[in-house]
Amino acid sequence: MANLRSKRSKYPPALIARTAAAWLVTLLLFFPLGWLMLTAFKTELQAISVPPLLIFTPTMENFSIVQERSDYLLYAQNSFITSVVSTILGLMMAYPAAYAMAFFKGKHTKDILMWMLSTKMMPAVGALVPVYVMAQSTGLLDSRTALIVVFTLSNLPIMVWMLYSYLKEVPHEILEASRMDGATLWQEFRLVLLPLTLGGLASTGLLCLVLSWNEAFWSLNLSAAKSGTLATLIASYSSPEGLFWAKLSAASLMAIAPIVVFGWFSQKQLVQGLTFGAVK
Amino acid sequence: MAYLELQGIEKEFGNVRVIRGIDLEIKQGEFIVFVGPSGCGKSTLLRLIAGLEQTDAGKLLLDGRDITDQPSSKRDLAMVFQSYALYPHMSVFENMSFALKLAKVDEAVIQEKVGRAAKILNLTDYLQRTPKELSGGQRQRVAIGRAIVRAPKVFLFDEPLSNLDAALRGQTRIEIAKLHRELGATTIYVTHDQVEAMTLADRVVVLRDGKIEQVGTPLELYDRPANQFVAQFIGTPQMNIVPAKDLQELVNSTALPVPIDGFIGMRPENIILCAAGQGQLKGKVELVEALGAETLIYVCTDNGVHLVARQIERTDLAVGSAVGLHVDVDAAHLFDAAGHITRTGAARETLVH
Repeated sequence: MANLRSKRSKYPPALIARTAAAWLVTLLLFFPLGWLMLTAFKTELQAISVPPLLIFTPTMENFSIVQERSDYLLYAQNSFITSVVSTILGLMMAYPAAYAMAFFKGKHTKDILMWMLSTKMMPAVGALVPVYVMAQSTGLLDSRTALIVVFTLSNLPIMVWMLYSYLKEVPHEILEASRMDGATLWQEFRLVLLPLTLGGLASTGLLCLVLSWNEAFWSLNLSAAKSGTLATLIASYSSPEGLFWAKLSAASLMAIAPIVVFGWFSQKQLVQGLTFGAVK
Repeated sequence: MAYLELQGIEKEFGNVRVIRGIDLEIKQGEFIVFVGPSGCGKSTLLRLIAGLEQTDAGKLLLDGRDITDQPSSKRDLAMVFQSYALYPHMSVFENMSFALKLAKVDEAVIQEKVGRAAKILNLTDYLQRTPKELSGGQRQRVAIGRAIVRAPKVFLFDEPLSNLDAALRGQTRIEIAKLHRELGATTIYVTHDQVEAMTLADRVVVLRDGKIEQVGTPLELYDRPANQFVAQFIGTPQMNIVPAKDLQELVNSTALPVPIDGFIGMRPENIILCAAGQGQLKGKVELVEALGAETLIYVCTDNGVHLVARQIERTDLAVGSAVGLHVDVDAAHLFDAAGHITRTGAARETLVH
């Protein structure tokens, strides 16, 4: 009897339905990516054949053409530098801001947070002309500096919000306890607050790294051959002469591969938050 | 000679004056308890002493040094928080040694001091655990341990027992009292629980609305309250305080010197039940609480005054029974219309061995 019951509770219909739904959604989301991976290893002819080929002899030639034609490594380097530097700069600005808002709440803290978020509601294209003119008049067009500045500022509201929500969870008394223990402001930050919010800091950084890496609008408009990121590299494969599906796929795969691999290894940090046990 | 001195301390939050001119002198080694209803400012006062809030006016002197404008980290005080506030990412040992590490104390000395504190608090087996692997009572002991390893000038406790269950609370209270006897450290302890105040304190400071109502030893407060508030706040069940005009028959028959708009205060143990028809007052039993060691009897007099009587003896009185009440009028406290005491009742101060 007990055996029967445990068997029944092991696979309840709800669990089966949920699992099936989860697989379906995952497959739907994964399909374009999977298709991209397949196409990247086809010849241009195979890529456009109808019905689509599922079994073929993979070729690496697309990748070498992409590197030859448009210097993949330069674009990759640009993407890497702009996203890493803008993330670090952003964290350095957002952390103190979030700290102030979480621990020294004023009458208008909530308003400031909303105002920061509201800047994300404006379509980026609305700021295009002023930003473009500013970049031009400072001689920063097609420079990594311009992209770093724009990426940092456009991610800042999200960074402040995320860090604020993590910092808000740190009980005030823990910081007060460290002050009573004789910690200076710097020691309080380095020995208590930072270790407690490292998870949040990592998730925020990772998210902004991905956002900057994927950013296309500003890269397309503010950069060209010299400082272009991988997003602009992909765009250059949809040209007036027609689409080259296989090469476009190869370029795209090369553009997303680093961040996908990176995300794969850091997903634990992305998901994991710190658990607090000290306070009841 | 005062060790810690508060002079005219004031604090406002927005437009609310939460602390209104507190003057207090605390001697070295004293155990002082701040007690009062919630919102009376007792925790704020403690945080002002700790330096976690800034005073708006007044001066704080510790051991002859003006600490009014010093940051918490420089005041040499240790605090035990209500929520324990342990560092969740550190082991018990690291929690307890944090202050010493910051002070760059020698590693061997740290080992020795933490080891000794852990032994006193029964934490030796838990030093490598993190706070979340401990029970509530153990966390509380770690918080106390963190304070004692530092040997600070003054210990501050902010309602340290209110997160513990009743049994553990009683036990920890006794441990704190023992600890204070052993260490002899100056201690300020905030609580809303008058039993903690009465049992732990050398002197109790009763606060209301940001002001001191009375300072005294626990029994002084019980026997000689300065006003109606203290009289009612100290003692369970509360002192019966009744407007004099509702007890005219008692006033007339015993010639109590109380003005018509004044109040009469009677401790429950000073109201003695007797057979119906006897005593100065008549009433009906409303409720009987038999607690074993004592019995509380709630009575409503014929003119609608509610009184509580306490007796050691048990009773077979049922709800609704008619009873007589004898009031020990010599022990009654008398208050004027504003609640100030006008006559202190005689206390039963005979000691029994």
